[in-house]
Amino acid sequence: MDSFGLLLDGFATALTVENLLFALLGVTLGTLVGVLPGIGPAMTVALLLPITFSVPPASAFIMFAGIYYGGMYGGSTTSILLNTPGESSSMITALEGNKMARRGRAAQALATAAIGSFVAGTIATALLVAFAPMVVDFAIAFGPEDYFALAVLAFTMCSSVLSKSLVRGLASLTLGLAIGLVGIDQQTGQARLTLGIPQLLDGIDVVIIAVGLFAVGEALYVASRMRHAPPEVVPVGRTWMGRSDWARSWKPWLRGTALGFPIGALPGGGAEVPTFLSYSIERRLAKGPAKEEYGHGAIEGVAGPEAANNASAAGTLVPLLSLGLPTSATAAIMLAAFQQYGLQPGPQLFDHNPALVWGMVASLFVGNAMLLVLNLPLAPMWARLLRIPRPYLYAGIVLFAALGAYAVNQSVVDLLILFALGALGFAMRRFGLPLAPAVIGVILGPMAEIQLRRALAIGTGDVTVLVSSPVAAVLLALSALVLLLPLIRRVRAKKQGKSPVGAP
Amino acid sequence: MRVRLIAGLAAVAIAALAGCGNAGKAGGAEGGPAKALKIMAPASPGGGWDQTSRVAEQAIKTTGRKVEVYNVPGAGGTIGLAQLAGEKGNGNLLMTMGLVMVGAVEQNKSAVKLDQVTPIAKLTEEYEIVVVPAESPYKTLGDLVTAWKADPAKIAIAGGSAGGTDHILAGLMAKAAGIDPKKVNYIAHSGGGEALNALLGNKVAMGISGIGEFAEHVKSGKLRALGVSAPAKLASVDAPTLKEGGLNVELANWRGFVAPPGLDDAAKKALIDQVTKMHDSQAWKDAVAKNGWNDVFQAGQPFADFLAAEQTRVKAIIAEMGLVS
Repeated sequence: MDSFGLLLDGFATALTVENLLFALLGVTLGTLVGVLPGIGPAMTVALLLPITFSVPPASAFIMFAGIYYGGMYGGSTTSILLNTPGESSSMITALEGNKMARRGRAAQALATAAIGSFVAGTIATALLVAFAPMVVDFAIAFGPEDYFALAVLAFTMCSSVLSKSLVRGLASLTLGLAIGLVGIDQQTGQARLTLGIPQLLDGIDVVIIAVGLFAVGEALYVASRMRHAPPEVVPVGRTWMGRSDWARSWKPWLRGTALGFPIGALPGGGAEVPTFLSYSIERRLAKGPAKEEYGHGAIEGVAGPEAANNASAAGTLVPLLSLGLPTSATAAIMLAAFQQYGLQPGPQLFDHNPALVWGMVASLFVGNAMLLVLNLPLAPMWARLLRIPRPYLYAGIVLFAALGAYAVNQSVVDLLILFALGALGFAMRRFGLPLAPAVIGVILGPMAEIQLRRALAIGTGDVTVLVSSPVAAVLLALSALVLLLPLIRRVRAKKQGKSPVGAP
Repeated sequence: MRVRLIAGLAAVAIAALAGCGNAGKAGGAEGGPAKALKIMAPASPGGGWDQTSRVAEQAIKTTGRKVEVYNVPGAGGTIGLAQLAGEKGNGNLLMTMGLVMVGAVEQNKSAVKLDQVTPIAKLTEEYEIVVVPAESPYKTLGDLVTAWKADPAKIAIAGGSAGGTDHILAGLMAKAAGIDPKKVNYIAHSGGGEALNALLGNKVAMGISGIGEFAEHVKSGKLRALGVSAPAKLASVDAPTLKEGGLNVELANWRGFVAPPGLDDAAKKALIDQVTKMHDSQAWKDAVAKNGWNDVFQAGQPFADFLAAEQTRVKAIIAEMGLVS
């Protein structure tokens, strides 16, 4: 194959000592900023843009790609250990991952996240090599009505699995949707729910919401319980994945990759939606003891979403390289970097600068391997973090959260919002409202809204546009199925005179 | 112990990031004639204002003055504008801004208006381009306008954020064509890339963006350029001006510098001299050429007059489009 030969040339570019060092620098920096909530890969690449004045393009892009992939790895570490997602795409990982950590299985959770990220990153990069042109056609054909249907599907998949009580789940979701409304309405430019505070005009950053609800809320809750109960001791547990961990992880890794890559390639898909879908699917597919484990730390719930978010990072590069279409904040800034060199990504880039493109693709494989080597030995070490006495640990978490929130915009208002959301998170815990639906509402709500309004505006108000595209029709039909299936099962079970089985 | 380690790592990461942003600064002229100059980019790193600020930083450095860029993102730059207004009398501070801020001030009902700050200079301009998908039945601007007039709602227009340059141009074009600007069916996107996707997928009838974002796709034939918002035909794009196409509209997405309010004449003159020196430097000329900007340098009073005129024009069209309640 032609691209295979070009890829080999790419490895020749990527494996020079100088470029290996740039890749190492990139993945290390990426992991660090991924760990820190607030500072994401996008901001890091943006701040490093001036190096394009002094470094050859291949090296710069090898480093930027390393930062991007590294960020996806690093975000999961704090999610699992501290219930503090470093990136929005690692939020779902916190659900099961942190529960695992509390049961003494932090090392396994970190390992399945790291290996899953590696597997997904490698497969998705291979898919990028093989199918970029086809995936691009698929991505471009995706219209607003299709995105709306995708969001609806993600909503229905999540809503039915995330809470034991429908009312509590819906209450939490509504809260999230309301928070998601804050800011300037994109379609009309009007301010909503900003209370006249200019800092709220851009909405509340998803990372601040997640960190506030999860981490600060948790710290407050733990503090409030401190005097009532003896501290629960976190068992240390084994340091490595056992046979059953492997057996339970590999399928979620592959399924997560299959979701993450195509959705990441969609210009409006993002890294969060595939993690939601992956989590819901794994939870639905779970059988036997694994099913019981959900909510208490099921390894599938970590393996799937972590694979999905890394695969989506590779997916993002498809439209960026082949069309010059940035589909994530990081990709947008990498596009700016291309332009700094006078390069315009697009079909011509593959022809005019094969060394650069294939060198970068090859460096993704190299970077992935480096990240695995960097992260795996660290997993048991990180896991020991949990043995710190809780007052210090949670004080550290709050400090960490505040640092990250302040780093997003260097704004004191963000800190106040963080602590207000922390109080909200505390109250939700205290009164038994699940947190995940709120975060899902914050992310999917605005996406569903803007795409619905775009679809209707383009179709001049005709509602049938929503089902006019086959993709949208299929996705909406699937959503309906997801909603109806439990009902059908219940009716059937009744007919047979049995009690309803497993209807969530 | 471990917590301290993490905090330490965090500090290192932040320091590394900050350090990289300022790479090479130490080489500037130590003990120069004046205090270090600060340039505020009222946006996140990576955007147009940030890019302009950082290019300016490099160029000013070559003139022997210490200079530092910092970012104050948020609300179309009006958060930065409010901060600038608080720096009354500070003669060592510049803020990068442009046409988008003029619109944002109106739309966000910003408490600080642009006539409260001190205009220093207009630096660059970038023109807008009007395109249709390659499959579109409209071959000329005339074709498009005829269809647009017949049913404004049918012509969905993809562009950047609501109230931004692209949206303003859509409004001005509608007005020039005799269409009620309120009837413009504008589909706002979070950036040129997202709008580009809607065009390549043939989901919308027409698209508006800065020339740079669409030029490559016009060249490759995936998009057809129907007009540019420049006063005369451009060498870089094979498309008529909007005026030649029959719509009497000109619009440039300009960028420039303003300074805090309450500057005395000497401080104001010092800043204008500094920026003029930057503009004359080779580093600035190279960067302007590399980024494909138009050099439209205009300092002091002429820029102040221009700014006032733009405020009037933008305020009017935004109101006519129903964007301010």
